[in-house]
Amino acid sequence: MATIRFKNVQHAYPPPKGQDPVYALKEVSQVWEDGSAYALLGPSGCGKTTLLNIISGLLTPSEGKVYFDDQDVTDLPTSDRQIAQVFQFPVVYDTMTVFDNLAFPLRNRGTDEATVKKRVHQIAEMLDLTANLKKKASGLTADGKQKISLGRGLVRSDVNAILFDEPLTVIDPHLKWQLRSKLKELHQQIGVTMIYVTHDQVEALTFANKVVVMYDGAVVQVGTPVELFNKPKHTFVGYFIGSPGMNFLPCKIDRGQPVFHNNILATSHPVSDDLNGRTVVGVRPEFVEFADDGIPVVIEKIEDLGRYQVVTVKHESEVIKMVVNEDQRIPAESPKIHFNPDQIRIYCDDWLVEGGDNE
Amino acid sequence: MNKTLNQKAWWLVTPVLILVAFNAFIPLMTVVNYAFQETFGNNVFFWEGTTWFEQVLRSDRFHDALVRQLLFTGMILAIEVPLGIGVALTMPRKGHWASVCLVLMALPLLIPWNVVGAMWNIFALPEIGLLGHTLNSMGIDYNFTRQPVAAWMTTVLMDVWHWTSLIVLLCYAGLSSIPDDYYQAANIDGASRWAIFRFIQLPKMKRVLTIAILLRFMDSFMIYTEPFVLTGGGPGNTTTFLSIDLVKIALGQFDLGPAAAMSLIYFLVVLLICWVFYTIMMRNEEQ
Amino acid sequence: MTIELRDVTFRVGAETHIYETNLVLEPGGFNILLGTTLSGKTTLMRLMAGLEKPATGEIWTKDRNVTGVPVQKRSVAMVYQAFINYPSFSVYDNIASPLKVAGLSKKEIEEKVHRFADLLQLTPTLNRLPSELSGGQQQRTALARALVKGTELVLLDEPLANLDYKLREELRDELPKLFADTGATVVYATTEPLEALMLGGHTATLKEGRVVQFGETATIYRKPTTMESAEVFSDPPINTASIKKRGEMAYLAETVSWKVPRQLASLPDGDYKIALRPHHLLTEGQGVELDGIVQITEISGSDSIIRLNVGDNVWVCQARGIHSYKFGEKARFVFDADHCMYFGADDRLIDVDSR
Repeated sequence: MATIRFKNVQHAYPPPKGQDPVYALKEVSQVWEDGSAYALLGPSGCGKTTLLNIISGLLTPSEGKVYFDDQDVTDLPTSDRQIAQVFQFPVVYDTMTVFDNLAFPLRNRGTDEATVKKRVHQIAEMLDLTANLKKKASGLTADGKQKISLGRGLVRSDVNAILFDEPLTVIDPHLKWQLRSKLKELHQQIGVTMIYVTHDQVEALTFANKVVVMYDGAVVQVGTPVELFNKPKHTFVGYFIGSPGMNFLPCKIDRGQPVFHNNILATSHPVSDDLNGRTVVGVRPEFVEFADDGIPVVIEKIEDLGRYQVVTVKHESEVIKMVVNEDQRIPAESPKIHFNPDQIRIYCDDWLVEGGDNE
Repeated sequence: MNKTLNQKAWWLVTPVLILVAFNAFIPLMTVVNYAFQETFGNNVFFWEGTTWFEQVLRSDRFHDALVRQLLFTGMILAIEVPLGIGVALTMPRKGHWASVCLVLMALPLLIPWNVVGAMWNIFALPEIGLLGHTLNSMGIDYNFTRQPVAAWMTTVLMDVWHWTSLIVLLCYAGLSSIPDDYYQAANIDGASRWAIFRFIQLPKMKRVLTIAILLRFMDSFMIYTEPFVLTGGGPGNTTTFLSIDLVKIALGQFDLGPAAAMSLIYFLVVLLICWVFYTIMMRNEEQ
Repeated sequence: MTIELRDVTFRVGAETHIYETNLVLEPGGFNILLGTTLSGKTTLMRLMAGLEKPATGEIWTKDRNVTGVPVQKRSVAMVYQAFINYPSFSVYDNIASPLKVAGLSKKEIEEKVHRFADLLQLTPTLNRLPSELSGGQQQRTALARALVKGTELVLLDEPLANLDYKLREELRDELPKLFADTGATVVYATTEPLEALMLGGHTATLKEGRVVQFGETATIYRKPTTMESAEVFSDPPINTASIKKRGEMAYLAETVSWKVPRQLASLPDGDYKIALRPHHLLTEGQGVELDGIVQITEISGSDSIIRLNVGDNVWVCQARGIHSYKFGEKARFVFDADHCMYFGADDRLIDVDSR
């Protein structure tokens, strides 16, 4: 197990002749703690797979260094990095039994057969594969195969990290949930560093202790799911995390308070007045509520999502989404809304402005 | 899912069916006709029953040709299959060199059979051929027109040169279908080069390899043109394979009855071996 | 266009893929087929399209029996999970292709293509090839091709499944709007309950080749007629348990009991079942108390999903806010007995209104 450190890592794929290189990954300097569960989250083309390939050794970054603990592994081949990886499409050795599949990494390293047997049975037990040990791996369902590829990483006691590349893509939707919980449970039990790449915010947030949000080749924020939800550092994080995403409304700043279409939005974290740039106020749909006193709106649409309702309202030309509980009444006449003062965030040129008196 | 049957489609295949009937079925029936009857021309036939079949099956000449044929096919399969896999494994998978290799590999396949025979005939001539002359000047006594062993070696070598490419190309296609993830996973699992071959590449190639072996078996079992041009079946009868023998009987001696019976037996042998081979391969597949 | 399935069954060989199904889909609005993989959604769609012929039963559109009429002769468009476009055609030609087949004039084609390209935000990409587009744009092109035909029946088979999460959310919002004015009957297959709720309209819950229930989406969610329907329409999985009714009281275990609700009061003592949605199991408050051993907590920023063992049963609690429990921790959860759905031993709902 190891702490993973990135020092000014960048990567550009070789450009076509006569063109400037396009960086698929812009400068990343990070320290990822040993034994933690990380998720790399972002839309397709954001550079998350490039970063994963740099960790696994499939790619050598064009600039910068990668360290596992104090060892520089930048130029080390995959086989010498002591990592394990679970791929998007399950990789199993078709001709082998489940047992032989799990034993494969150990036998390749010359482990004695008694230890192999012990380890494999132990891991199979953890993954609920014991009943299948004698079966051919090719006969298992997709989730079974993913468990095998995970198991091949787990049998080794020397892995630095286990990497997951969108491992739930080919899993039946009603089984995704179970496998995700299983991963989390395993992480709690063995505490090996896990790095999970996905575009699905639910998968990322529920799996990881720390989520690394990537956008356009750069890391925009690293934080716990709660931090990402409560204090997105960039408007992209606000939009990408949460369903529906954060509301962003144009505003002016007057005496530390944001002003939206002549409505002063009281915030508990006033900011400085002299912000140079485009300022917007961000507030999550969960923190907008109907109130007797507030900004007058017109209700555009009510979506009943069972547990809660998503209400789309309009003030002037701005659309605001709000999340209202299932049993809560929606005012029929002249509705007004109110923003929770603790949950108002101010962004200048898309980056969060830290207010005074922050928690 | 079974697709909705479209009756119109049958009309579209009718011309092909008629063509196949003329090309294959009617000649086959002619052969059957000759195999059970005797004719002295003028469209006059006498019923002979299984006489020709018994005669062919009892003749040493047929046995010898069959043994030679089996030996030849066995030898070229034993050489071409491992060689083909080996070459396919060493070929680059991406980039310009991959295309260059593919074209080079395809070249022998594009040459007509009689040209291949003629090429090798000249190539191996002891006095003027590059191969024959070189061997002789190295002090090796080599003359394929006189020495049975040399004739065999040359025939086998020619077939290997001509057809290994086919196996290479098929295996290459099989190898290309393996996602990179498999190699990455094997790398992570610390697999040796041999283990990667044994547990990833070979299983993924199995299907195409089955087809390749089947094709090579059928082709080599029915080989005619190349050895005919190269050695003419000689020296003596040492490279007279089944098809050459058949032509000798049919056109050399004009024994149409035994020739027809022999071609039917020949056909059934090919069919039987293919069936056995295919069944075994498919059974392995299911397990 | 109304589409009606009358006693339709479908078999492949000896295997029944669709059991006797009766379904009437009214024109306009979304009709959602909700079920897990292999529950028969795609087969039902293929039957409606005329790509398959039912083993028994009839399919009617308006007042016409169309059973066995091939797909080419019906007014149907279909969009699949995989992005299917003509790879060598530009986006423009892709969208125009059904119109060219229909023999429209150049001017009409141009007008229509531009209108739908506008609607689906494809105008800047019209001259590009599908391979140069993002997944979302490719699927939008396929949708535009389906829309431009102006067919009376549009079948969408998990059209968003292969898209990024956020993109899915946006297209889900746009889709009902796109079809709103066309008057077409839209059938939409999905595996995700939340997607069904977002799209609204009507929903049919499917399980193992049977339509379990059909009706307005919100009604199906709130009043599933059977346990199966409740299970299909819940993500995370709905909590279910067997209870015993003895007199006035319902017993989940010896120590967990509550006063039976109105609909059960007049029924005989014995075994019943309950289903409780994960968000109705709370971490605090008033109600029936339930002790469990926490297995796992998943925090998604605004919510926590807690899995706990109660005896031999696994329960799931989806709670607002952040709740951190340790693995193996004993914790007390509560629920309001009125939030439970009650089922008979035969898995049929015991409705409040029907008693």
